[in-house]
Amino acid sequence: MHNLTIAELVTGLQSKEFSSVELTQHFLARIAKLDANYNAVITVTADQALKAAAAADLRLAAGNAPALCGVPILHKDIFCTNGVRTSCGSKMLDNFIPPYNATVVENLEQAGAVVLGKTNMDEFAMGSSNETSFYGPVKNPWASDSVPGGSSGGSAAAVAARLAPGATATDTGGSIRQPAALCGITGLKPTYGRVSRWGMIAFASSLDQGGPMARTAEDCAILLNCMASYDDKDSTCIDREVPDYSATLNNGIKGLKIGVPSEYFSEGLDPGTEKAVRAALAEFEAQGAELIDISLPNTGLSVPAYYVIAPAEASANLSRFDGVRYGYRCKDPKDLNDLYTRTRAEGFGDEVKRRILIGTYCLSAGYYDAYYGKAQQVRQLIQQDFEKAFQQVDVIMGPTTPSPAFKFGSKGDDPVAMYLEDIYTIATNLAGLPGMSVPCGMVDDKPVGLQIIGNYFDEARMLNVAHQYQQATDWHALAPEGIA
Amino acid sequence: MSIERQEIENLATLSRIAIGEDTITEVSQRLSSVLELVDQLQAVNTDGVEAMSHPMKATQRLREDEVSEINQREAFQAIAPDTEEGLFLVPKVIE
Amino acid sequence: MSYSGWETVIGLEVHVQLATKTKIFSGASTAFGAEANTQACAIDLAMPGTLPVLNKQAVHYAVMFGLAIDAEIGKESAFERKNYFYPDSPKGYQTTQLEKPIVGRGNVEIKLADGRTKNVRIHHAHLEEDAGKSLHEGDFRHGVSGIDLNRAGTPLIEIVSEPDMSSAEEAIAFAKKLHSIVTSIGICDGEMSQGSMRFDVNVSVRPTGTTELGTRTETKNLNSYKFMEEAIAKEVERQIDLLEDGGTIKQETRLYNGDTKVARSMRSKEEANDYRYFPCPDLLPVIVSDETIEELRRNLPELPDARQARFIEQYGLSDYDAAVIGSDAAMAGYFEIAAEKSGNAKLAANWTMGELAARLNSQDLSISKSPVTADQLGELVTRIADNSISGKMAKEVFEGMWTGEGSADEIIEARGLKQVSDSGALEQMVVEVLSANQAMVDDYINSDEAKRKKKLGGFMGKIMQASKGQANPQQVNQILAQKLSELL
Repeated sequence: MHNLTIAELVTGLQSKEFSSVELTQHFLARIAKLDANYNAVITVTADQALKAAAAADLRLAAGNAPALCGVPILHKDIFCTNGVRTSCGSKMLDNFIPPYNATVVENLEQAGAVVLGKTNMDEFAMGSSNETSFYGPVKNPWASDSVPGGSSGGSAAAVAARLAPGATATDTGGSIRQPAALCGITGLKPTYGRVSRWGMIAFASSLDQGGPMARTAEDCAILLNCMASYDDKDSTCIDREVPDYSATLNNGIKGLKIGVPSEYFSEGLDPGTEKAVRAALAEFEAQGAELIDISLPNTGLSVPAYYVIAPAEASANLSRFDGVRYGYRCKDPKDLNDLYTRTRAEGFGDEVKRRILIGTYCLSAGYYDAYYGKAQQVRQLIQQDFEKAFQQVDVIMGPTTPSPAFKFGSKGDDPVAMYLEDIYTIATNLAGLPGMSVPCGMVDDKPVGLQIIGNYFDEARMLNVAHQYQQATDWHALAPEGIA
Repeated sequence: MSIERQEIENLATLSRIAIGEDTITEVSQRLSSVLELVDQLQAVNTDGVEAMSHPMKATQRLREDEVSEINQREAFQAIAPDTEEGLFLVPKVIE
Repeated sequence: MSYSGWETVIGLEVHVQLATKTKIFSGASTAFGAEANTQACAIDLAMPGTLPVLNKQAVHYAVMFGLAIDAEIGKESAFERKNYFYPDSPKGYQTTQLEKPIVGRGNVEIKLADGRTKNVRIHHAHLEEDAGKSLHEGDFRHGVSGIDLNRAGTPLIEIVSEPDMSSAEEAIAFAKKLHSIVTSIGICDGEMSQGSMRFDVNVSVRPTGTTELGTRTETKNLNSYKFMEEAIAKEVERQIDLLEDGGTIKQETRLYNGDTKVARSMRSKEEANDYRYFPCPDLLPVIVSDETIEELRRNLPELPDARQARFIEQYGLSDYDAAVIGSDAAMAGYFEIAAEKSGNAKLAANWTMGELAARLNSQDLSISKSPVTADQLGELVTRIADNSISGKMAKEVFEGMWTGEGSADEIIEARGLKQVSDSGALEQMVVEVLSANQAMVDDYINSDEAKRKKKLGGFMGKIMQASKGQANPQQVNQILAQKLSELL
């Protein structure tokens, strides 16, 4: 059952091949048995899941079942779940039980999904390896000495290990796409404003987006159909109709114009990864698409610009964690200042503290123009690069990451080495564009991903393109060992 | 561009994070490394380029002025570290 | 108090709470007096994942203020985050406006006691959110502070003036004019005791005749005109003393305690707070259309200056009376109801400005809390105007109304205070008193003209006594004069 896709599970549930309770029990048992190998799940919600599954079975029997009725999923532990601990991978929120749901959680609940639990992640979504979590690192199911990617490492590993058929995740600089690539699954970051950020704990408000992770584009389409909505509680959410992403998966892609940016194939790109990506591009050509060389000249500035903007916004977003109204509080604070400084020193991990300090620096008097102001201008330049490119092409493709999954600790003490992992994904967040990753090969027995970047609100086309690729290839169907 | 110790202490104060003596050097090194990265922005000519605060060209929605929230004090304070008589308690605030 | 050789320069920053039903960024109620933290929703508590959505009425109220002071309206404005840590500011930043405020340059005209008018320039007015409250003692254990976030998120406009004022008198006139404007257009309830308006005063001094500004200090959070006056006086004195002694003024924030009359520097660990302002990524640019502006302009309630002029013309009030009643929106509204009801504007004005105001002041009540409603006062004035009761009696009736005995008519009836104006009855009363006091009558007849006038009072007294104060004095006077002249 765990090798079935969401699409297949939906069909199976509707035709009563199995029940939601059976499915849920199956996945809960897998998590109990296998997650010790991966550490992908922080909180398992077994009782709630079985209750929801039973209710789903009733609806399925009654014949008024919504789109995802009875399908088990996992939520990245960044989405607030009413009555269930939401830790954001941090000691700061280890004891935080929100009395409200994120809109994404609400939407999937309305759609009938059954929540198995909350997945592990880099602390406050800051990281590209899931090594910064308070709950310990997540292991890549393909190679236990390697990272799954981050910050949505738990969701990616769980889907790859078939602990759930799908999971929610978030992407600020690549945190859906990069772990999807490193774990050999499919993940999509929607256009900024497509998915509501209400109840999604904020890292960098102008960059964060929630999105689906599953093994196929078809499954991502089903999940995105449910996740996306206009939410008037989120001022940055765009009021635009959500198309049926599943309806256009089978459109032909003949004549599709694919932009291939030269900057995405520069030094630093691992040769094995490049080979796999070029093979994928060739596959598209074989299906009638046209490859067009393009340039995104300001690509090299995206990492520096991001590491000013994201920490700056984060430094303000994380100021609310002060031990006063919820979350961690240091023991016996001797005065107000002690309460703040010790709660935050003890509650936050090193990477989070680093980013807060950097963000504070970039916004501080005398430095604002040179750093924050400058980065916002560079952001404009990066967006203009894409705008120009999309005048010539329909989608842009390239590698998702510079290399396959790296070993734990291999990025060493220098934070910048880790930051460069996101070199191909970051620009899309800065521009607010949608991006996705699909598995396109294996290098040293580890998966690599092809990134597809679309124009604003063009998720339907991206999913269509990805689906057509997955009809002709089977990288997405590969499974890591030891997950039986 | 490296970051001075005094600067780190100032940032720690502004962001209310206690940084121990024993870690300040390490923090300084790591931060300096990140600053080197972001200093690459200085080389770019951005004359006449507008700063982008929001990726989408949209404007702020206005909400009708009607009460839509009920009193949920109990639920919210059930998860608070220290409350009494409906108030959140903190060490004495001195102005 | 004036110091020779020195002139004072004053600028005000005024925080005005907008009278919206809900907070600026959340749908929680802003009603005054609720139990602690019962009007603080997830957004107001800065819970993780919560986001702000802007209150339309707050935007409209801000624009209305701009229109009332003839200011530029910021058709595209934006919000910034002002970062600082304090328990009453749960997000660790205040959402406010800096670079592009919703109201730009404007003007406020003030009138001074000597009849002079002066223009105070407004630099700008911007929208922001109020903070919660810190309680340093209460029903909680000793040694801690209690935080109530009911107020957190209440919409404010901060009105920033240019340093155009040169005395406490001008500062207060300006503050009162602002109060008058915001209450007249209905964007603020003006209840100072509830903190609906708070003043920060920037004070500096300089040698007379010079133009360069001295170093200024800011005294924060004054919520009464009296305290503002005291605080300014104290600060001017302090600065001049310091400078004359050869010292320099330190730019600092100060607090003034109106109860203890003590002013002091605020104790803060960082001298210059680096607020690290940056555009708030959770809020998009705020656009106000020309149509909206025109509609708000069309429907803008009467401004105080216009109302004052109308009171002079429509009700024949004197300049002074019109100024006093017309400038206070609540009093003006009260007066008009009483005037319409009674048909006698002059009397209604006298009573509103006089007896009513005195009573309210003595009990520190605002007119909205008056136990005597405008309608009821109108009824009382009607009875004075139609001679049912004398002016003197009216004061007694008013007393009864104030303590809740009932309406004017009910009290007049119950206490039997109806003035006797029946000339027949009055004539009889006069004749009776005259016949019962032959000695007085003889004395009157035998006195010369000059002395006679004075003796009238004696007869009046006896007649009023006999009538238990209910005789109509004017009529009695007439009848008495006539009867006495017949005897001469």
